[in-house]
Amino acid sequence: MFLDELTGSGGEWLKGTGPESDIVISSRIRLARNLSEFPFVRKCSESDKASIESRVADLINQESKWSDPVNYFRIDEMNDLDRQFLIERQLISRELAESNGARSVLIDSDEKFSLMINEEDHLRIQAVQSGLDLTEAWHRINAIDDFVDSCLTYAFHPRFGYLTACPTNVGTGMRVSVMLHLPALVMTRELEKVFRSLQKINLAVRGLHGEGSEAMGDFYQISNQITLGKSEVELVQQVNEVIPVMIEYERKARDFLLRESRDELSDRVSRAHGILQNAKTISSEETMHLLSSIRLGVNLGLIEVDIPMLNRLFLQTQPAHLQKMVGGKLDIADRNIHRAKYLKKSFNLGDN
Amino acid sequence: MKCQHCEKPATFHITELTDEVPEELHLCEEHARTYLMQSEVKEDDVPSIAGALAQHLKINEAAEQLAKLDQQACPLCGITFYEFRHVGRLGCPHDYICFEEEIDPIISNIHSATAHVGKQPRSGAAGTDQRTDLIRLRREMEQAIEIEDYEKASQLRDQIAGLEDEPTG
Repeated sequence: MFLDELTGSGGEWLKGTGPESDIVISSRIRLARNLSEFPFVRKCSESDKASIESRVADLINQESKWSDPVNYFRIDEMNDLDRQFLIERQLISRELAESNGARSVLIDSDEKFSLMINEEDHLRIQAVQSGLDLTEAWHRINAIDDFVDSCLTYAFHPRFGYLTACPTNVGTGMRVSVMLHLPALVMTRELEKVFRSLQKINLAVRGLHGEGSEAMGDFYQISNQITLGKSEVELVQQVNEVIPVMIEYERKARDFLLRESRDELSDRVSRAHGILQNAKTISSEETMHLLSSIRLGVNLGLIEVDIPMLNRLFLQTQPAHLQKMVGGKLDIADRNIHRAKYLKKSFNLGDN
Repeated sequence: MKCQHCEKPATFHITELTDEVPEELHLCEEHARTYLMQSEVKEDDVPSIAGALAQHLKINEAAEQLAKLDQQACPLCGITFYEFRHVGRLGCPHDYICFEEEIDPIISNIHSATAHVGKQPRSGAAGTDQRTDLIRLRREMEQAIEIEDYEKASQLRDQIAGLEDEPTG
């Protein structure tokens, strides 16, 4: 099954290729869309949800437009572990995993595109690119949106634009976000300041898994706050313009750390490496934290570790990934032991 | 239910509309008024549905008007304005039309803009106007089935099938 194949790979957003990939992890765009002839999902009857689900799924499944086979999953028929697995890979939201009724997700085989059916809105389309490449993500998602639009009737208002269940998404229905790895700004405690200035220009900062999530492993997502009154291209531009500034801040913080406290930094990186290679039990949070230090260390030339392997470990040490690799459910204590074993093995193999 | 700030009964149930989980406030009339006035002057904060409404309704009249407004329901999906305020999510596309006057200030508060710029669907807004009535018809059909009025239900079913097949745009 497709999900099992994914377990061993890193996913598009953690591939770590593209320009500035030591800081910029991935670019992501999502569109919120609703069909005009149904209530928004929260007010849908069970049969409404089933109709929406089958209509959209049929449409996408029959279409040979996609270069790769599209994988289709009914979330309501899926076990908790697989749902959590898809959340960890950022292919579905927690909301889709935890709601009820007919709902599903379509994912292309290289995980660059996913479409959630019956989340908060009838459709949530997502396009992801490795590195900084919002323009390509926009071209791709725009084409998918045009195709869906040619078959179904979207809810639209002449003045408010695309209509969404929550007025915070109305207009373009578009969220543009770029994920950054900002360990040096975290260490130098400058991040708060930077984020406050971003808020002033209507950009939001979120953690690894979007709204309300914690910034695990020093990963942050920068995205547009408003969706109305600016065109899609302007929204892309707005986020695009601020990313080089963020990169520069992070680089300055890294230079500062190298200049002022090279020994401490080097010590921190080596200790992180030591713990990950030798721990007998380790939590997911601690793992993310230490992997982040090593990733910084590699990018500053303080230590030699394979970056693609590091990127993969960020994902594979998360609870559902770990359990799927082991092949069954594990309680927290067992997970922590298996995680430590897996890390030890990965680092030792990587060193050879 | 008691007011969050005093012993009086809570007559105002305000939902702060944020991107995340909506925050609920249960307040007596007096505290609601203070709260609404605060929301009006707070600037840098996350846009507030209550604040936007307060500006729109004028503070003094807020209490009575809000109570009246809360009763209003969308003729298609049946959601009341109270329910929208309570959960922070609208019921159907038509709500943007039937509550337009109330939603307008909320939207301009959130986005600092009042009009969409950018992409449009193939059938524009005409397709939406043409098809949203299906929401009402399906709801009426379910109600007819519930009260075992099968004759009406089957009429509605034919009407729905006819509308569904109509091309849009």
